[in-house]
Amino acid sequence: MTRMITYRDAIQEATAEEMRRDSGVFTYGIDVADHKRIFNSSKGLVEEFGPDRCFSTPLAEDAMTGFGLGAAINGMRPIHVHMRVDFLLLGMNQLVNMIATHHYGSGGTMKVPMVIRAIIGRGWGQSYQHSKALHSWFAHVPGLKVVMPSTPRDAKGMLIAAIRDDNPVVFIEHRWLYDAVGEVPEDCTSISLEGARVLRPGKDITVVGTSWMNVEAIRAAQILEKHGVDVEVVDVRSIAPFDSKTIIDSVKKTGHCVVADNDWVHCGFSAEVAAAVYEACYKQLKSPVARIGYAPVPCPCTRPLEDEFYPNAIDIIRSVESKLGLKPIDLSGEDFYSYENKFKGPF
Amino acid sequence: MKDLNIELYRKLYLIRKAEDAVRRDYFSDKMKTPMHMSTGGEAICVGVCHALANTDQVMGTYRSHGIYLAKSGETDQFFAEMYGKATGMAKGKAGSMHLTSPKSGLICTSAIVGTTIPVAAGAAYANKMQKNGKMVAVFFGDGAIDEGVFWETLNSACVMKLPVLFVCEDNDIAVHIPGKDRHGYRSISEVVERFDCTVFTSDSTDAEVIHKLTQDALKTIRDSGRPAFMHLKYFRYLEHVGVNEDFNQGYRDRIEYEKWRAKDPVDLQRAKLLRWCKEDEIRAIETEIESRIEQSIKKADAAPFSAPNELYEDVLA
Repeated sequence: MTRMITYRDAIQEATAEEMRRDSGVFTYGIDVADHKRIFNSSKGLVEEFGPDRCFSTPLAEDAMTGFGLGAAINGMRPIHVHMRVDFLLLGMNQLVNMIATHHYGSGGTMKVPMVIRAIIGRGWGQSYQHSKALHSWFAHVPGLKVVMPSTPRDAKGMLIAAIRDDNPVVFIEHRWLYDAVGEVPEDCTSISLEGARVLRPGKDITVVGTSWMNVEAIRAAQILEKHGVDVEVVDVRSIAPFDSKTIIDSVKKTGHCVVADNDWVHCGFSAEVAAAVYEACYKQLKSPVARIGYAPVPCPCTRPLEDEFYPNAIDIIRSVESKLGLKPIDLSGEDFYSYENKFKGPF
Repeated sequence: MKDLNIELYRKLYLIRKAEDAVRRDYFSDKMKTPMHMSTGGEAICVGVCHALANTDQVMGTYRSHGIYLAKSGETDQFFAEMYGKATGMAKGKAGSMHLTSPKSGLICTSAIVGTTIPVAAGAAYANKMQKNGKMVAVFFGDGAIDEGVFWETLNSACVMKLPVLFVCEDNDIAVHIPGKDRHGYRSISEVVERFDCTVFTSDSTDAEVIHKLTQDALKTIRDSGRPAFMHLKYFRYLEHVGVNEDFNQGYRDRIEYEKWRAKDPVDLQRAKLLRWCKEDEIRAIETEIESRIEQSIKKADAAPFSAPNELYEDVLA
């Protein structure tokens, strides 16, 4: 049976179900067991599983990242949670030098089944230390899997798969997606960590999205549909391993590609997508690949500048129009996402 | 007493002679891996590892020949890894700085200072959760105490009541910088004692003394349910990386070395053994070890390198 649930509840359900199934699964991190429970994504866990399997830690991201490695080597399945991706930077040494290399460096004799959940912040003045995504950093390093689901169904299924996976998985969640509601089958189990998903089929142009940018891409597609443009939206979902085939198949069909990455453009994941498309679709492309991302500056606090910093559905619409040689649509009557309805901060 | 001292000597002699062989053969350029030698520090690796059960776990640094040999007792995979061969413990992918032997309990070593300290805490948490009674000992130098992650882990392990033994091998030198230029405190033992953690200290080069001290530390961990910290002094005989002495470099004094050399852990233990053993009994032990080392080196030299496709194996499980 399928129900409508939020992304945050999907995360909570996946964690609770896996902790019930496997006594080796535990979840920990700064504030994981406090009264706010990571925006309620770890709700009820300490009550059901006790403080040995769901606990808040000292403010020691570096040590606690290495802690996960040690527990994983010894057969546990840690889920380390960071309320912001930015905080994970304090654990980068462990993640890159230790966790990503341990299986290889041990000649394949030891495994590191570890999940690192990290949340991208945005809005209400999060500014430049609470808003980074950094998936391209993590995905650059061999030995790590990196996923960023954008729907409740994928959040649940991919988190289950990440917990069951015998490799370290960086699982990146967007704070604004926490209130997204979507269909999640009651018996939802594992969804592959490898593979993009076509969120909306279309024939005129391909928009490739990561994380929140899929929400913007879907809104853009809805508006463009009213003007006779049929947009295919492909959610990358998995940054590493990267399923370029789904994207390439789409672009071979449409001949146009816009990459809307929830990150900066320079040296970012959008370049990887563009390269894959150029390599495979050179003859089918009817226009150059366009890349949309953050402005090349640190994220500012104040709303008017923040609005300039982030790309949105309007940017996607304008890019699509330019590729297809269309006149700009009058968008004055359209509604766009405004976080005040859902997200009032402070965090 | 005799049996214990013979066992300790076997391990001390194995480490010293294996490293002597590395020093002898290093300039053939067949061992293309940066060597950080344990020579001079054998009493600590042997004393601590011998106090642990076979199933107990250890972690170390890039200077881990000693704990690898003390914990595993094997030399075939050891030398094969030094030679970069397919028969090495990591098929040549790890080299001298990343030795592991999970079946002997050596589960992590690292070339980034301090990085295995928190890994030990996590391993100890898993052992505690699994109620398997295993202990974890993590070896690190005094340079690691300069790193933030040492303090993060010490604090976390104390508050989380983890069964972990911190073993600080203090040679008073981090690469080439002496402790007095790095330490903003008078005594590390005094600082660590302020944590919820029992501290044991020694400057002995007698493996039997370190062995006894480690047994006491392990008992304290079991009784108190809290970590213990061993602060153990030794002298690094050779250069930071490489197989040579470096007293001609001007940053440390040969006189200090001579003082420590007079109580060398291997010689000291051999002299003790003469209380219980005849000279030819000791020679027999030594000859067996020397012969095993030479056979392992021959096998390593003759073994094949990994095939090119091995490059891509074991990135992901």
